[in-house]
Amino acid sequence: MTKAHTDREFEGELQELRNQLLEMAGRVESMIADSIRALVQRDSDLAVRTIEADNRVDRDELEADDLCLRILARRQPMASDLRFITLALKMVTDLERIGDLAVNICERAIDLNQEPNLKPYEDIPRMAGVVQSMVREAIDAFVTGDVRKARAVVERDDELDELYHRVFRDLLHLMMKDPSGLERGIHIQSVAKFLERMGDHGTNLAEQVVFMVKGKDIRHPGRLEGENG
Amino acid sequence: MTELAPQLLSVPSPSATPVEDRKASNGATLPSARIERPARREQMEESPKLTAEELSAWFGAKQVLQRVSLAIPANRVTAIIGPSGCGKSTLLRCFNRMHETVTGARATGKVRLDGQDIYARGVDPVLIRRQIGMVFQKPNPFPSMSIRDNVLSGLRLTGLLKRELAEGIMERALIQAALWEEVQDRLSEPGISLSGGQQQRLCIARALAVEPEVLLMDEPCSALDPIATARIEDLMHSLSDRYTIVIVTHNMQQAARVSDQTAFLLMGELVEFGATDQLFTSPHDVRTEDYITGKFG
Ligand SMILES: Nc1ncnc2c1ncn2[C@@H]1O[C@H](COP(=O)(O)OP(=O)(O)O)[C@@H](O)[C@H]1O
Ligand SMILES: [Mg+2]
Repeated sequence: MTKAHTDREFEGELQELRNQLLEMAGRVESMIADSIRALVQRDSDLAVRTIEADNRVDRDELEADDLCLRILARRQPMASDLRFITLALKMVTDLERIGDLAVNICERAIDLNQEPNLKPYEDIPRMAGVVQSMVREAIDAFVTGDVRKARAVVERDDELDELYHRVFRDLLHLMMKDPSGLERGIHIQSVAKFLERMGDHGTNLAEQVVFMVKGKDIRHPGRLEGENG
Repeated sequence: MTELAPQLLSVPSPSATPVEDRKASNGATLPSARIERPARREQMEESPKLTAEELSAWFGAKQVLQRVSLAIPANRVTAIIGPSGCGKSTLLRCFNRMHETVTGARATGKVRLDGQDIYARGVDPVLIRRQIGMVFQKPNPFPSMSIRDNVLSGLRLTGLLKRELAEGIMERALIQAALWEEVQDRLSEPGISLSGGQQQRLCIARALAVEPEVLLMDEPCSALDPIATARIEDLMHSLSDRYTIVIVTHNMQQAARVSDQTAFLLMGELVEFGATDQLFTSPHDVRTEDYITGKFG
């Protein structure tokens, strides 16, 4: 972002890690989209394919971890390089968890697709849209070092929470009116919960980007100072 | 002065306070701060041990330090890093008035030890070098002297050493330098019969025997293997309980390992000085960032 490293092999390793993260993020983003499409379009084949795609994301995590450890051991990175590596180590965990949650959504989709629709999906695709854009924007902010964009992602999490609570209230209402929809209602409610958790991981991603760029931790405001004082 | 071997420059003068008189005042040291690591704010409130104020230095017409100001806290390890030729050694040598021993060398600005200007008229530079001892890059024990005599050489040359105190002082210095265990049975053997790492600890013992308050170390591990280096680094941690340590190192990882604060010098200018944890994770200045991440030129 500033100058290039004098040691070009080191520069290359950092570039490789950046590329790995971008590819992994891209795969996770499509998993989110596909899992919701599998649900809304009642496409269980797509659900199965998406579950399989998660293996690749798991492997991404291992590969990126491996590269991070190698760089830490061999280069003893400092300053922004060090922050980048610690960020990468955390980012892959969040991305991998988002992938797992997409798998969970697919499993629910397969169950739900065997029954008639309880009601048309409205807020769920909306939630998925928010989550996808959170992940995409966090990764964008990561690539461009854009702190403002990263902070905006953190704020979108409230939007997601609100949608989640609306889905929850609507489902509760439906299930109370018609207990035959109970099982489907519970499945849909879990899907919403999975999306809400994806949002938390997206928030983590964005917060970590701020740390990488600014060297400042914006998680749990005030906590570190409090502990030291 | 210029032709003196560097070892001799840290020898106390006859005017210095006798060793036994300084014991009491030296006995009460601050508790170790390494474990608790108080917030940086608190560190700043303590009065600094050593300060440079607008310190500039020259070799002939060439200026090698540019108005450097920094405050080195007591009982901490302070590291000075920077590319070769940036003035690290010169800064260190200004701290105990060794810079002026080079022909044509001069300095302006102030250096204070406990608030007292060490360049003030009437201050004996030899006494300053006793209070502010130095350890060099290459271990340099006196080749003709035994281990025992090497440790005591500084005191001996002043004529201050009382015969009945000698053994005690020597043992204490060797213990402090973490060398006693290894040499107690061979004190009469030549200092240069020791390994490189042991020789460096012998030089540290020699510096400690005159009971300095500040220990300046100029790349003390660059001639040592990793194990000997780890011993010296471990020693620095324990010595910082009693002494204020300033280490010049070209090895950033070493600075990160051993120091509480780090100063980054570039072409004679102090670019950044701050808590080591902070400087190596989030430096403020882009020049620091580029240097410590390995982006040169
Ligand atoms: N005795 C000397 N005579 C003339 N120039 C010197 C002398 N010692 C050092 N210098 C010059 O002063 C500058 C700073 O040197 P020094 O303090 O030894 O740097 P460092 O310890 O950071 O490598 C360098 O440009 C060096 O060439
Ligand atoms: Mg030097």
